[in-house]
Order: sequence, then C-alpha cells, then structure tokens
Amino acid sequence: MTMPVLEYSGVTRTFAASRRSPAVTAVEDVSLRVADGEVVSLIGPSGCGKSTLLTLGAGLDRPTGGEVFAGGEPVVEPNDHVAFMLQKDLLLPWRTVRANVELGLEIRGAPVDVRRERSDALLRQCRIADFADSYPHQLSGGMRQRAALARTLAVEPRVLLLDEPFSALDAQTKMVLQEDLARSLAEHAKTALFITHDLAEAIALSDRVLVMSRRPGRIVEELTVDLPDRDAPIARRRHPRAGAYVTHLMESLDIRHLDVEAA
Amino acid sequence: MQRQRRLGAASAALLAVFLALWEWGPAAVGIPPYILPPVSSVLEEFLRMTGTDRVFFHTAVTAGEVAAGFVLGAVLGMSVGYVLGMSPSTEFVLSPYILALQIAPKVAFAPLFVLWFGFTVTPKILVAILIVFFPIMVNVLGALRAVDPDLVNLARSFKASRAQIFWKIEFRASMPALFSGLRIGATLAVIGVVVGELVGGNMGLGYLLVFGEGAGNTAMVFVSIIALTLIGIVAYVAVVFAERQVLHYLPRRTYQQF
Repeated sequence: MTMPVLEYSGVTRTFAASRRSPAVTAVEDVSLRVADGEVVSLIGPSGCGKSTLLTLGAGLDRPTGGEVFAGGEPVVEPNDHVAFMLQKDLLLPWRTVRANVELGLEIRGAPVDVRRERSDALLRQCRIADFADSYPHQLSGGMRQRAALARTLAVEPRVLLLDEPFSALDAQTKMVLQEDLARSLAEHAKTALFITHDLAEAIALSDRVLVMSRRPGRIVEELTVDLPDRDAPIARRRHPRAGAYVTHLMESLDIRHLDVEAA
Repeated sequence: MQRQRRLGAASAALLAVFLALWEWGPAAVGIPPYILPPVSSVLEEFLRMTGTDRVFFHTAVTAGEVAAGFVLGAVLGMSVGYVLGMSPSTEFVLSPYILALQIAPKVAFAPLFVLWFGFTVTPKILVAILIVFFPIMVNVLGALRAVDPDLVNLARSFKASRAQIFWKIEFRASMPALFSGLRIGATLAVIGVVVGELVGGNMGLGYLLVFGEGAGNTAMVFVSIIALTLIGIVAYVAVVFAERQVLHYLPRRTYQQF
C-alpha cells in the first residue's frame, strides 16, 4: 500500500456527559488508511459513529484519543487537503449556483478570475452550466446535489469526505449522480471516504468497504472489492460477482437482527 | 391575471360600500354627527384643517419622528441582536435585564421622557426607539440561533474566519427574520410616536388628536387617525419594498404579500 492520504490512527471520540445525556463514545479505537486515489466506503448501522469519523477527518472536531492525518499532516483544524459533502446540499439560498460553487474559493481569497475559471469548468463538468445563474430553490434535488459536488471539488481537495450524499434522491437520479461522481473521482484521481448505508452503492463505487459495528463504532470487517469499472458504477452493478459482494455485506451487518433505529 | 383583476374589483367595491355606510349609516340609525361624523364632513374638516390648522405640518412632524424612531430603533435592535447572537456569554449575562425591559410596557416610559426632555421631538422619538427595538432584536437573535450548524461547518471547513462566517453565512441567513422584525417595527414606531405626542407637546398628529378631543371636534380626531394610518402604511410598504429587493432569491410564495 502506498503512503496513505487519509489515516485514522486509534481514533476514539467520546462526548462528555451533559445535563440531558450521559457520556457517549461514538467511535472507539478506529484505525483506517485510505491510499492516494483510493475510494473507501464505510457502512454500518445507524448511530455507529460514521458521521463522527467524517467530522474528525474534516478537522471540525478533535478526537479524544488517537490521531487523524490528511496528506501526511495531523488534522487539528480545517485544512486544504480535505473537503466534505453531506446529504444536505448546504447551498446558500441567497447565492446563485455559480456563487455557491465559488464559496470555498472566495473564503480562501482566490482572485475573481481564478474563481470564475474554475467554476466555469466545474459547472460544465457537473453538467449544471445552464443553471449557473439560477438560485438553489429553482433546482431539483439532483441538480442541487451536483452543485454541492461542484462546490466541494472547487477547492481542489486531495480527499473528499462524503456523508450519504445521495441518500435523499430518488433511485434513478441517484444512479446518474453516482455515475458522475465515480467518473469525477477517477478522472482527477481523488481520494474519497464515502459513508453510505446503501450496500449496493458501496460496492458499486469503492475499492474497499469497511464495516462498522454498533456504537461504540469499531471497524469489524474490511472487504476489498475486486471488480472492474470503478469509474462506471452502472456497469459494475451488472457484473456477475457484484451480487455476491452485496450478499456478503448483508451477512456481515447481520441485517435481520438489527434493531430498527432512527437514522 | 383575470382572477387578480376580479379580486381587485371586489376590493374596490368593498371600499365603496364601506364609505356609503359611513356616509349614510349613522344618520339612518340615529347616531348624531358629533359622535360619528359622516365621511363627507371628515373630508370637509380635513380641507379646513389644511388652511387653519396646518395639518400637513403636523403630519410631517409625526412622519419625521416615526422615521427617526424607526431607523434608530432598528439600527439599535440589529446591533444588539447581532452582538448578543455572536456572543452567547454576553447574552447569558444580559438576558434577564433585556427580558425585564421587554416585559415593561414601553409606552409607559412616555411621561418619563417628557419629564426629562420637555415638549420637544426627543421624547417621541425615544418612545418609538424603545418600542421598535425589541421585536427586531429578538428576531435577529432568534435567527442567529437557528442558523444551520452544518452551514457554519461548511464555511469552517473552507477555513473561514469568524468575520467571514458572520458576513457570508449568519448575517445573510438572518435576513428573512430581520425583515419580519422590521415589518412589526414599522407599525410599532407609529404607536410609540403617537403616545409620546399624546403625553405632551404642541406638534404632531397626536397633539391634533388631543386638541380635537378637547374641542369636541370629532371630525378632527378622525382626520388625525386617518393621517396616522397613512404614515403607518407608507412605513410598512417601504419595508416590504426593501424586503423584496433583499430577499429576491426566495420563491415568491414563501413570504406573504403583506
């Protein structure tokens, strides 16, 4: 394995007790490495601390134990290496799509022409160029998520942290966006940590899948997806061995015995 | 479009019915004109007042006080709202006193301000400031508390400074609530000024109200009430107009027309 671009080393995050709730350990002693250009999915029951790992990776929170590294440097605050995308598109309603895409560049003080050039390229690449001057409320859910992806890519991070980015979309839109995301990731050789609870999505998009246990979340299994077409999920889903991988994940998650919990 | 025109016609018809009832209704049920003067004598009184009682001058005085009270109250309410919203510890320290001041009936301060500042425009503007301040501050504060933390995290992940988070996210996100506060403030400013004028002074529509009452001139009281309402409408419409410019990005139906 090459030098990891994203690494969690024995990471634990415990949330202190408050008046309303006792102390909670969201994740415990999690170690994982994501190599340069690799896409790794993280699956597990709801409330197993997947999103906590993402927050820690983005430097928005600090672990109570262990360390996170991005681009070889310890993550202690938000940094240039990492950008995240959530299920919520987080588009600012008062900005046009273009201005939303440029948000990160603007905050980081990129000059106007650089911003313009990069947003032009990304709007085209994410196929929302026609909506550049529209406001978010005029866009469909799929279009909004494309804009969110463009905004995430605009700051040119080495690592993308994706937290169920497509889970609020209808099945068809979802597949189209998966296809676009997979192509973008492959084209730019981006590294990604992809949180999902859609097992087929995990298999279709990633090089490896990590399975987490119930809270406190630990990594209980690692599955290497040895299938072609990582840059074309629709083709990959049709691969004869894809079904077996999904079945295997269902078994390791012990789906039938999971408690039904609110996400 | 068709539908809108028909509704507009219905609204105009309603006004005609109302004016007709006002003109002939009281006499028909035996209410004397000194209790409820018909609309024609109110109009007559208005024309008379334009000559002898300087009604435009008094209207201008009141309008000026309303504008000053509203603008100063809004600026103060916004400033305090944003400062408290940015600093939860300051809010914690100040909130009991702000709450107490908010519960106190603001118009009751009018006599006090008159005692302090005499029969000038100052006490009127002060009452308006005090009464306009709270809804705006409370709305701004509430909006800042309600900003989606994920939006703030998004900005933080781009390494935004505290100032950038405020100006690019929080301030803009608070705009709809700020404008709701300004709408309320625009109407409250008129109340504050009128109460100030009722308490003391020899200028403004509030003074004409008291003068008309003392002279048993019911029509004059009506003229003053109508002029005050018009000032309130202008203030309100100005806010709505500004709101449409600023909140143009919202889908039309998410904010009410008026």
